[in-house]
Amino acid sequence: MPKKRVVLTFPPSLVSQPVTYHLVKDYDLMVNILRGVVTPNEESGLVVELSGAKHALEGGMKYLSETGIHVQPLGQDIKWHEDKCTHCTACIPACPTQALTVDRESMEVSFEKDKCIACELCIQICPYRALEIQF
Amino acid sequence: MSKTIQEINEKIKKGSAVVVTAEEIIDIVRKKGAKKAASEVDVVTTGTFGPMCSSGAYFNLGHTKPRIKIGGGTCTLNDVPCYTGFAAVDVILGATAMPDYDQRNSIYPGSFKYGGAHVIEELVAGKAVKLSATAYGTDCYPRKSVETMVYLADMNEAVLFDPRNCYQNYNVAVNCSDKVIYTYMGRLLPRIGNANYCSAGQLSPLLNDPLYKTIGIGTRIFLGGGQGYVSWQGTQHNPNVKRSDNGVPRMGSGTLAVMGDLKQMSPEWLRGASMTGYGVTLTVGIGVPIPILNEEIVQYTAVRDEEIFAQVIDYSKNYPEVIPGSVAEVNYAQLKSGSITLEGRQVPTGGLSSYVCAQKIAATLKKWIVDKKFYLSEPAALLPSVDSGISVKLMADRPVKK
Repeated sequence: MPKKRVVLTFPPSLVSQPVTYHLVKDYDLMVNILRGVVTPNEESGLVVELSGAKHALEGGMKYLSETGIHVQPLGQDIKWHEDKCTHCTACIPACPTQALTVDRESMEVSFEKDKCIACELCIQICPYRALEIQF
Repeated sequence: MSKTIQEINEKIKKGSAVVVTAEEIIDIVRKKGAKKAASEVDVVTTGTFGPMCSSGAYFNLGHTKPRIKIGGGTCTLNDVPCYTGFAAVDVILGATAMPDYDQRNSIYPGSFKYGGAHVIEELVAGKAVKLSATAYGTDCYPRKSVETMVYLADMNEAVLFDPRNCYQNYNVAVNCSDKVIYTYMGRLLPRIGNANYCSAGQLSPLLNDPLYKTIGIGTRIFLGGGQGYVSWQGTQHNPNVKRSDNGVPRMGSGTLAVMGDLKQMSPEWLRGASMTGYGVTLTVGIGVPIPILNEEIVQYTAVRDEEIFAQVIDYSKNYPEVIPGSVAEVNYAQLKSGSITLEGRQVPTGGLSSYVCAQKIAATLKKWIVDKKFYLSEPAALLPSVDSGISVKLMADRPVKK
């Protein structure tokens, strides 16, 4: 089943809209909320994994952007600045999805965007601020 | 067969010196034996790149016109306070210093985004830094304040000085409590949720010369990308600890005080670091050449990660309360594998010292020597060793006379 991981940013006026309800009922999408900050009258955000048929995903995405919600692919959310990374490996035990891994032969750290759920656990661990959250 | 440092330098000059890294020597000794390796290899290069709070730099800022006596006054660089208890325009900036407005841990855990270490990194990167100073004014130094932008190149002297660095082995940190703690060893998850270590292991300088037989005061080293020197034993140098048969300490032990010209250094090898909930620190690249004077020395340099042991310490109780005792003993091969077994279960490990950067430093130093850009120096004196009787003391807590 096709899947999409997206970051949804809601302007304050849309926070009260039952968006996930519409994605499920109207488009037959499976909505897996990975992270969320929803505060009344403030800009809010959800990180979701949407899965369903190809046309349903397309319809759901169209609905979201027509509603006025800013949709962004999840991979852009956490940025790994390779030039700042010293490959110390401090972040490795913190990453719950193995998006950050070490080649144990070379001891080099690498980051796979697709596996990142933007949980931000690595952000406060990196002493060199090589991992950055980008809204 | 034994060699002298002078003979090794002659070979470097002729281009015939054989130089290998502390990783490469392991297989050479294994295949050829110590005797043959000692006669064939002249220098083994080491490297380490880890955070060390006991780092800093001193500067001579140059005199203003009219003159100002910052000594006894105040001075900040990018709002980070320097120590001014010296002459008119000599100041020291410590890696852990931070602006007065930093919230520290009042909003816990503090993020410690910017401090002395970052100022040092920016200066070395050639960036302009804001200098603000105040003084009380004297007949010969009448000026009372100055605010200007300064560059490293403007300064008469800019010297990296670390009273302690290059730790010979270190603790592995865990948290046995049931809440998260933030330490200089990183974030430690409750109930031994992770274990953090900080050493380059088999590449680390003092682990390759465990009894300080070649490294001493005046040893020329790779320091922050330039050439610096060992200036003394480091603070808390503690040679009298439990050691393995190979002489390698099984816990934190020897340290080095190092210094060098900041103007030669590179921001690649001097990095400001922010430890959440703890503070600011400086990660410094250091590489020490070990002259292979004889079989004994080459045998020391062939040490492998699996032969270097460290103590697993509880940073929720034992470390802060200074209570002796370790949870377990593990070796660096285990630590670098990504997990260790503690209390019957797998615990993920994270490093604070970069092995990749340590490799690069050892390789760079090797290249410098091969390219005749770096010659070995004779130490003026060796460091206090196990027979020195030195051991680290705690502060005495005495009643204060009112």
